[in-house]
Amino acid sequence: MSTVDLSRFQFAMTSIYHFLFVPVTIGLAVLTAVLHTAWYRSRDDGYLRLTRFFGTLLVINIAVGVVTGLVQEFQFGMNWADYSRFVGDVFGAPLAIEGLAAFFLESTFLGLWLFGWGRLSPRVHLATAWLVALGALLSAAFIMAANSWMQHPVGYQLANGRAELTSFWAVLRNPVFLWAYTHVVLASLVTGATVMLAVSAWHLLRRSDADLFSRTAKLSLTVLIPGALLAMFIGSELGVVVTKYQPMKIAASEAQWQTCQPCSFSLFQVGGGNRDETPTKIIQIPHLLSLLATNSWNGQVQGLNELDAQYQQQYGPNDYVPNVFVQYWSMRGMAYTAGLLFLLSLWGGWLLRRKRILDARWFNRLAVWAVLLPFIMNTAGWMLTENGRQPWIVQGLMRTSDGVSGSLGTATVVTSIVTFGLLYLIFGIIAWTLMVRYARRPLGPAEPVPEPDESRPQVATY
Amino acid sequence: MDFALVWFTLVTLLWTGFFVLEGFDFGVGMLHRLVGRTDDERRLAVSSIGPLWDGNEVWLIVAGASMFAAFPGWYATMFSGFYPALIVLLAALIVRGVAIEYRGHRDSARWRRNWSILLTAGSLLAPLLIGVALGDLLRGVPIDSNQEYTGGFVDILTPYGLYVGVTVTVLAALHGSTFLALKVADPVRGRAHSVSVVLAPVAAALVVGFVIWTQSLASGWVPGALPILAAVGAIAAAILVPLHREAWAFTATAVALGGTIAALFVELYPRVMVSSTNSAFDLTVQNTSSSPYALKVMTIAAAVFLPLVLLYQGWTYYVFRRRLTLADAGEGL
Repeated sequence: MSTVDLSRFQFAMTSIYHFLFVPVTIGLAVLTAVLHTAWYRSRDDGYLRLTRFFGTLLVINIAVGVVTGLVQEFQFGMNWADYSRFVGDVFGAPLAIEGLAAFFLESTFLGLWLFGWGRLSPRVHLATAWLVALGALLSAAFIMAANSWMQHPVGYQLANGRAELTSFWAVLRNPVFLWAYTHVVLASLVTGATVMLAVSAWHLLRRSDADLFSRTAKLSLTVLIPGALLAMFIGSELGVVVTKYQPMKIAASEAQWQTCQPCSFSLFQVGGGNRDETPTKIIQIPHLLSLLATNSWNGQVQGLNELDAQYQQQYGPNDYVPNVFVQYWSMRGMAYTAGLLFLLSLWGGWLLRRKRILDARWFNRLAVWAVLLPFIMNTAGWMLTENGRQPWIVQGLMRTSDGVSGSLGTATVVTSIVTFGLLYLIFGIIAWTLMVRYARRPLGPAEPVPEPDESRPQVATY
Repeated sequence: MDFALVWFTLVTLLWTGFFVLEGFDFGVGMLHRLVGRTDDERRLAVSSIGPLWDGNEVWLIVAGASMFAAFPGWYATMFSGFYPALIVLLAALIVRGVAIEYRGHRDSARWRRNWSILLTAGSLLAPLLIGVALGDLLRGVPIDSNQEYTGGFVDILTPYGLYVGVTVTVLAALHGSTFLALKVADPVRGRAHSVSVVLAPVAAALVVGFVIWTQSLASGWVPGALPILAAVGAIAAAILVPLHREAWAFTATAVALGGTIAALFVELYPRVMVSSTNSAFDLTVQNTSSSPYALKVMTIAAAVFLPLVLLYQGWTYYVFRRRLTLADAGEGL
């Protein structure tokens, strides 16, 4: 394997891993702040116990999310030095501002929230919970602005052999960014809500604090039903935007070799992947692809062959078709898991209405296992986005193979893949075990939160 | 306005701030097994940085991102050139961060001991490696006319770089022990004091050596204000520590560590990474910086957000200013 392939593998590995933790953080930070607010308003001990319970899960998850984020930032320079030189002027700004405006906020207020019980006034303490959530949401915004620029570069000019920023405003108004960011926030809420639902269902099945965990089951379903529906809707709108700027990505995710009009959506097929233009389409829905990609009943979707020929003309000879197999299945992996989650949430919503969620053993059993679905959904979503951009590292401006560090040796990348691979594997297992362990613990006792007092001992959790 | 100079100053400030703040976190991590004999005592030591370390580490993240945004050429050459060292650094930082957070999550002596050892190792390695890397920027590494690093792993290990690494690590340890003496109660406080008594003269000698060695690399023979400040801080710490002037000793170690880092960057200017191949290939503020417009946008963002960050981080330190006692460490989990 070349250093390019190895570097791509490393980036995929570290990013997928990092993004297992990020959406849980965003989703749970918001939901925990909601629980904290419920306690602040009602002074009902039950909400306090739930806040602390889910707050602990949030913290276990954040620890790994934060430290793996370091790798994300460093490896642009380490593996992708030429990319960094080329884009730093544009791409660096949102990253630096993310740190200044968002990450400082999230990390500092997390410390204040965690150790603030009984030290801060209840109102200020509640504010710190929301500032953690705000920090996480803002952080994602700047990262998505940077990523969206790679998908659809705007607000720049090519000068001095690199892309230079000409309008930061344009970078923030990038249509890909607006849709993709909303999509990611919704997916994160879905992820956090599913985790909360799964944990609640586990406790409902065992009747441990069932009355309290039915509150969080209700809260999570209240977020999950509209969240999943909106995530799918915004996702399909994002698809229309992407069809405009990255038609190759959409054509590849449908394994659509020939231009079609109207286009049917292939639900499931055998073959049709790389270089195979004659798949056995098992199930197709007429007009659906036209509708999804162009928002019109008879819309035209350009095929891979036509696009490839067009790009050859425009950018010179090369293979411009991304890995079709990965595209096709990551698109479906994402959409189908989202659909399943939505159906599950509807079932839960119906049970809630009928006040039967406590006794719904099958629903609760499934809800526990459903915790795996959002992680498949998120990973597939990123594979779809990033693999579909290939062979470009910045769409239309720089190829991935031109972005890699010149000084990089194969042995170095392999060492780094092995090091981070092992570290991530071990810490992944530990984090998962701890999460499961804490998720299965009964709710803590209802310790009253004392009045803020300077001389009160600080609770040490180390 | 010379935005490139503004950003060189900001990058310097961010690295300096990182060491002044995370420096004592590293020190506490290195020393917590030494100053704490029982599990509760160790837990007390770690608790002193509990609410703070995560916010402190963001200084590193912002310093890195600022280099990326303001000096892409510098970021690219430095990070790709120092690749092997950065693998170890990242591993150390990952292990350390997880160790701090996970150490207390299971009531098992073995679990805690293992995390404790990892915390010590990670906290020791991280400042050492960053110190080596920053020292190398000034000492020079092989860089060709295309701003590409041409050396191997051994070229990172320059004697000067290693010396800076050791100096910074000892300073961080001392900064950690003066922090502990200020923040926790006996018996950990007393042990931290004893550690400071031993480390302070060593650190002072190292910093004086650093000033002299750094000066020999510079053009003139008169040291600037920052190296002198660093040396004064380190010597003051050596005097104040035995006198039990805890708050002043901590201030002195902050000045010594911050001054050392800032001095390195000021010596560099207007270069940002020296080429040992040919001084014509030196990376400079000029030949690595972003366009004036990008720098202006970020300057505005920094002018708005950095004061805010200082404000709320300062407030955090105020909220958690109380000295911790063993009774605190017994609680919780």
